[in-house]
Amino acid sequence: MSVAEIEAPKPGRSYLTEGLTIRSWLFTTDHKRIAILYLITITIFFFIGGIAAAFVRYNLIAPEGMIGSAETYNRLFTMHGVVMVWFFLVPAVPVTLGNFLVPLMIGARDLAFPRINLLSWYLFVLAGAVVLYALFTGGLETGWTFYTPFSTLYSRGNVAAAALAIVISGFSSIATGLNFIISIHRLRAPGMTWYKMPVFLWSLYATSVILVLATPVLAMLLLLLTFERIFHIGVFDPAAGGDPLLFQHLFWFYSHPAVYIMILPGMGVISEIVPAFSSKPLFGYKFVVWCSIAIAVISFLVWGHHMFVSGQSLFSALVFSLLSFMVAIPSAIKVFNWLGTMHKGFIRFDAPMLYAIGFIGLFTVGGLTGLFVAALAADVHFHDTYFVIAHFHYVMVGGMVSAYFAGLHFWWPKITGRNYPEMWGRAAALIIFIGFNFTFFPQFILGYLGMPRRYHSYPPEFQDLNVLSSAGATILAAGYLLPLFYLTWSLLRGERASANPWGATGLEWKTSSPPPSENFAVTPVVTEPPYNYPLREATHSHV
Amino acid sequence: MRLWLPQASSSAAESDYLMLALVLAACAVLALVFGLIFVYVFKYRAGSGRDRGAIMEKTWRIEVAWTAATLLVFFGLFLWGGDLYVRLFRPPANALQIYIVGKQWMWKAEHQGGQREINALHVPAGRPVQLVMTSEDVIHSFFVPAFRTKRDVLPGRYETLWFEATTPGKYRLFCAQLCGAGHAQMIGEIVVMPEPDFQDWLAMNGGTGSGSMAEQGKILYMRNGCSGCHGGIGAGGAQSASTVPAPSLAGLYGSPVTLDNGEVVIADEGYIRDCILVPEKRRVASYPPIMPSFSGILGEEDVLKLVAFIKSLAPEVQR
Repeated sequence: MSVAEIEAPKPGRSYLTEGLTIRSWLFTTDHKRIAILYLITITIFFFIGGIAAAFVRYNLIAPEGMIGSAETYNRLFTMHGVVMVWFFLVPAVPVTLGNFLVPLMIGARDLAFPRINLLSWYLFVLAGAVVLYALFTGGLETGWTFYTPFSTLYSRGNVAAAALAIVISGFSSIATGLNFIISIHRLRAPGMTWYKMPVFLWSLYATSVILVLATPVLAMLLLLLTFERIFHIGVFDPAAGGDPLLFQHLFWFYSHPAVYIMILPGMGVISEIVPAFSSKPLFGYKFVVWCSIAIAVISFLVWGHHMFVSGQSLFSALVFSLLSFMVAIPSAIKVFNWLGTMHKGFIRFDAPMLYAIGFIGLFTVGGLTGLFVAALAADVHFHDTYFVIAHFHYVMVGGMVSAYFAGLHFWWPKITGRNYPEMWGRAAALIIFIGFNFTFFPQFILGYLGMPRRYHSYPPEFQDLNVLSSAGATILAAGYLLPLFYLTWSLLRGERASANPWGATGLEWKTSSPPPSENFAVTPVVTEPPYNYPLREATHSHV
Repeated sequence: MRLWLPQASSSAAESDYLMLALVLAACAVLALVFGLIFVYVFKYRAGSGRDRGAIMEKTWRIEVAWTAATLLVFFGLFLWGGDLYVRLFRPPANALQIYIVGKQWMWKAEHQGGQREINALHVPAGRPVQLVMTSEDVIHSFFVPAFRTKRDVLPGRYETLWFEATTPGKYRLFCAQLCGAGHAQMIGEIVVMPEPDFQDWLAMNGGTGSGSMAEQGKILYMRNGCSGCHGGIGAGGAQSASTVPAPSLAGLYGSPVTLDNGEVVIADEGYIRDCILVPEKRRVASYPPIMPSFSGILGEEDVLKLVAFIKSLAPEVQR
C-alpha cells in the first residue's frame, strides 16, 4: 500500500468503481455492494407492497367496495402484508444500511463472512421470486397472519408456496443476523470497546439476536402449516385432535419479537441522527444501549397480547398484559433520551433530522396507542378493528419507514458519493408526515367506532372517515414517490459529497465518500467516546 | 360524520372511562413530547445565539425519575384494564344462556325455548345474557361495538361471552376475525328489547313446532341411541333398562367428574361436548372406554341441543 493511499484514497477510486460489469456486482462479496443489491431489491418490494396498499385504500372509498370482488380484495391486503412485513420491514434497515455500515462503523474491512452475506442476498431473491409466484398465480386470502384452520383447511390459493418463501427469507435473515453478531464480537477496531460503539450497532446487535432466536420458530411453524395443509397431519385441526390456538401462540412467539426486529434498527438510526444534527452527545448513552437489549429480551415474553379475546386463560392474559406494559418502558425511555439530546443542542434541520423528528412524533403516537391495546378491557373493544391497523402503522410506517428514510438520506452521501437535493429531501419529509397522519389518524376513530379490519365492504356510517383516509393515502404515496425520483437523479447529477458532509462522528465518516473497497486505508484506532460532538459554546458543569 | 358510539351494555360506560383515561394519558405525553420538540427546535436551532448554559453530564437521576414515573402510570393502567377484563369474562350465575354457532358466513343463534335466528339476536334489556359459542368451520369473532365487547368463536370448543344490555335498540354485530371471502358479510343485528317485549318475542317465535332445545335434544338422545346405554329419559336417566355400564347423566351438569387419569373437572358445556364428539379426550373414571365418537354424525347445533337436554336433567333445574 503506497503512502499516498494512506493519506487519502485517490479521488474517483471507490467500491463503486472497482468493477463495472454486471458480473462484478452479482458475484461481489463486498458488504457495500451487497447493501446496494439489497437496496434495489427491497425498493422493488416496497413499491409492490405499496401498490397493493393503494388498491386497498381505493377499494375502501365506497361502502360496498370499489373493487367488485371480496376475493380479490382479500388477496390484495394479504399481498400488502406479506410483502411489506417479510420483504421490506424485517430486512429494510439491517440488510441495506446495516450491511453497508456495520464494517465501516466497527472499523473493519468487511463482515465476518462475506460469502455468507452474498448467499443471504441470493436466498432473499429466491424467496422473493417464490413469494411473487405465490402472490401472482392465485394469491392467498389468509392475511399475513395465516390463522388456522382457515389457512389450512378452508382457504384457496398458494398458502404453501408463500409459507415456503417466508421460510427461505428466514434463512436469509438468520445468515445476516449471525454475520452481524460475529462481526461485532470479533472485528471491532483496536480501542472500539462495547461502550464506544454507536447505538446503531447496539440496535443491530439486539435485532440480530432476535432474528437468530425467533426466526427458527417461524420456519418450524410454517412447515407445520404446510404439512397440515397438504397432508392433513392434524396439528391445528380440532376435529383431528389438534388445536388452532397453538398456531397463534407459535405465530406470535415469532411475530411479536419481529415487530422489534423491524423497529430496533430504526431506533438505532434515530440515535445516530439526533446527536449529529443537535451537535451534542447522545443523552444517556448507556440507558439507550440497555433499553435496546431490554426490548430484545422482553419482546419474547409478550406474544399473548395478540390473543386477549382468542380464548387463552384469564391468568395468561393478565401476565401478558403486564409484560406488554413493561416492554413499552424502554421505548419510552429512548424517546425521552432523544429529546434530552436535543435539549441545549445546536439543531439543524436537514432532511435526515426532519425525518427523525417525524419519527419521534409518530413513533410516540404508535407507542402510546400500544398502551390502549395492552390494557386488557380496552383491547377487548379495539382488537381486530382499524384501531389496531392505525396503531401498528404508526409504529411501522410512521416510525420505521421514517427512520429508514432518515438513515437513507443521512448516509446517502457516504453510500453514493453524491449529495441529494436538500430542498426536495425536506419537502418529501414534510409531505410524508402530513400524508401519513391524514391516512392513519382517521383509522383510530374508525376502530373506536367498531369498524373491523379486513372488511371488503362496510356499513355506510364508516364512509366519511374511510374517504379521508384514502385521500391521505394519495398524499402519502406522492411523498414516497418523490425520493425515488430525486435520489435517482442525484446518483447522476448530484454534487460530489465530501467525506463528512454533516460533521458527524463515527468511523464511517472518517473514510472517503464513497469508501474504497477496503473501507479504510489503515485500520483506525478508536480513542474517543461515541458521539464526541464538540459542544459549541458549551460550558461544562461538574455535578 | 358520526364520531360517537352508543353505550348499550352495563360495561360499555366503564370501558369508555378506561379508554378516556388512556386518551388523556396519551394526550398528556404527546403534549409533553411535541411541546418539547417545538420549544427545542425553536430555542436551540443552530442559528439561535442563545446561551446554552451548563450541559447536563450526569444523567442517571433524570433517567431513573422518568423510568419510575412511566412504570407507575403503566402499572395503574394495567390494573384498571385487568380488573374490568376479569369482570367481563366472569358471568353472573343467573345469566340467561343463548347458543351461538358461527359458520362461513353467518351467525346462527338458538334460544333455550327453541327460537332460532340468523344474523340477528334478540336479547332482553336489564338482564345478564351469556352466549355459549362455537364454530362449524374457521375462527370467527363475535363483536358488538355498542357493548364494547368481543370474543373469538373457535371450532372444536365452546367460548362464552356475557353482557347485560341496558338500552333497547338495534346494534351492529360484526365478525371481527378474517374468515374468508364473505367475512365482511358476516354482519348481524343485536336487538335489545325490554323484558316484556322480549317475552312476547319468544312466545311469538317459539310456536313454530319443534319445541325447546332440551326437548329437541331429547329426541336426538333417543334417535341416536344414547338412551341405550345411558338409560331412558325421565327418572333422572335411570340405569334400569341399561345393560351396558355407562354413567348416569342426571345431575351431571355442573358437578365434579373424576377422570380416568385422576384429574377432577367440572362438567360444563365444553366437557359434555367433548364427551360426545371426542370421548377419548377426557374419559370418566371407572367405566370401560366404549363411548363412541359422534363426530361427523352430529352437527354443532345438534350437540348444543343434546347439551341443553343433559343440562335439563340436572337435579336442581338450571335457571
